[in-house]
Amino acid sequence: MEKRELTCIQCPMGCALSVTIDENKIEVTGNSCPRGAKYGAKEVTDPTRIVTSTVPVHHGEISRVSVKTEKDIPKDRIFAVMDEIRDVTVDAPIHIGDVVLSNVAGTGVNIVATKDVAGIIPEQNL
Amino acid sequence: MEYHELIVIGGGPAGLAAAESAYEQGVRDILLLERDVRLGGILNQCIHNGFGLHTFHEELTGPEYAARFEKKILDHTISYKLNCIVADINAQREVTYINEEEGTVTVKAGAVILAMGCRERPRGALNLPGYRPAGIFTAGTAQRLMNIEGYMVGKEVVILGSGDIGLIMARRMTLEGANVKVVAELMPYSGGLKRNIVQCLNDYDIPLKLSHTVVKIHGKDRVTGITLAEVGPDRRPVPGSEEYYSCDTLLLSCGLIPENELSKSAGITLSRITNGPEVSDNLETSVPGIFACGNVLHVHDLVDFVSEEAARAGANAADFIRRGNTRSRDKAIAIKASGGVRYTVPQTLDPAQMADEVVVRFRVSDVYQNKRLNVYYDNELVHSAKKRIVAPGEMEQVVLKKESFRDKHVSEIRIQLEEAGKGEA
Repeated sequence: MEKRELTCIQCPMGCALSVTIDENKIEVTGNSCPRGAKYGAKEVTDPTRIVTSTVPVHHGEISRVSVKTEKDIPKDRIFAVMDEIRDVTVDAPIHIGDVVLSNVAGTGVNIVATKDVAGIIPEQNL
Repeated sequence: MEYHELIVIGGGPAGLAAAESAYEQGVRDILLLERDVRLGGILNQCIHNGFGLHTFHEELTGPEYAARFEKKILDHTISYKLNCIVADINAQREVTYINEEEGTVTVKAGAVILAMGCRERPRGALNLPGYRPAGIFTAGTAQRLMNIEGYMVGKEVVILGSGDIGLIMARRMTLEGANVKVVAELMPYSGGLKRNIVQCLNDYDIPLKLSHTVVKIHGKDRVTGITLAEVGPDRRPVPGSEEYYSCDTLLLSCGLIPENELSKSAGITLSRITNGPEVSDNLETSVPGIFACGNVLHVHDLVDFVSEEAARAGANAADFIRRGNTRSRDKAIAIKASGGVRYTVPQTLDPAQMADEVVVRFRVSDVYQNKRLNVYYDNELVHSAKKRIVAPGEMEQVVLKKESFRDKHVSEIRIQLEEAGKGEA
């Protein structure tokens, strides 16, 4: 039997959870709501995170656009995801929700833009 | 002089929600002034997720949260000016702003909403000994450099202060390949939200040293290291506890200060505790027709609460514009914070003129466990709630109802923490 102490992050309450893992049974105590029980169980079996970063934009009104994994990805894949995000550059215009990288690090999850970036008209040779 | 019914100062989360709410209440002649190149304020650089759980019941990043409110401003064609800095406000609600196209312009407003936000406590306000080498940034400055400008600010990092931005930056720099060695916090508890401690420090095995501070910054041209020491209950370094960390960067996340230079020039009374304006239950400052909301009023943890507060300020400003300066100000009663409650916002309330419900927000001055939060009208206990844990880093609130004052002559409202009764632990 294994016991783990966690802080629930489902809301700002931050309940102190105790999770006991016993063969095929997981018990969560210390939670104040069902979301805490669900979080506690997931955190010891399949921890996941949303990863956010920024990538450079060409021809945009600003030079970087913020991005995120469209869904949460396995916690142990965070650095693999970051390695692939680091190689991405995009062209403006960009809209919230645009896919900038599909199936990042083989997770089946897309990287999407989280900011609108308008394009700028290239300067003409006068 | 040009006139607008409502002028909103600041286009961050507070200003956007305030302008939107005033519009919903029927105000059409609104001018919003923003000094940056786009609306959204600090949310533009807060690229992490966790915003909007209360407002939209989904988890958004900062820019996405800002975009939801920007869309409302654009949909309603509410006027706004970017790259426009407000230089002065006076008690007659005359607002002077400066921008490249118009130069210096003074406009008159029916009502003004202050939504200028806050700024970070800088190194100069912390009395950190040592030279002034490159490599010392406030956490928010580093966040802007990385997330907006695209510069990596350092490779080996020590962070002083466990405010939320510092915690967020510990993770951000780690993800970008930096080695974040330690987060030191002067107080015996963290100033940040628990979920940030878990997701930004624990996830990456970054140690958090409570009751520690920087006693020396090494390096002359660039930071080469810092020395940490433990502090005692008097917050002074304990001799012999010094520990050296080699690093090229020191981030400071040591508190946020509401940005009230403009409020001062308008002669608005400021609270010595919040550093923001003192406001009545309708979020009006000591100067009639000037309202305040968001981090300029008091520093919030969650943007959702900023939006909610700003919407109330917007609605109250609309009411002022509609009815004129008809609110009497001599019947307001003080809301007193005591027994571990550090401050309240609002600071006063008028039972006859208040809305049906008024949200009173407050912070506690220390970490307390198993207490009761009690609200007294003079000596009568009118509300009591069990609190398993309260901490300075997490804002609390209590809702006061207009009907609870019916047939009562209350001269003081008191909000305080008290020992929980026996058998309640």
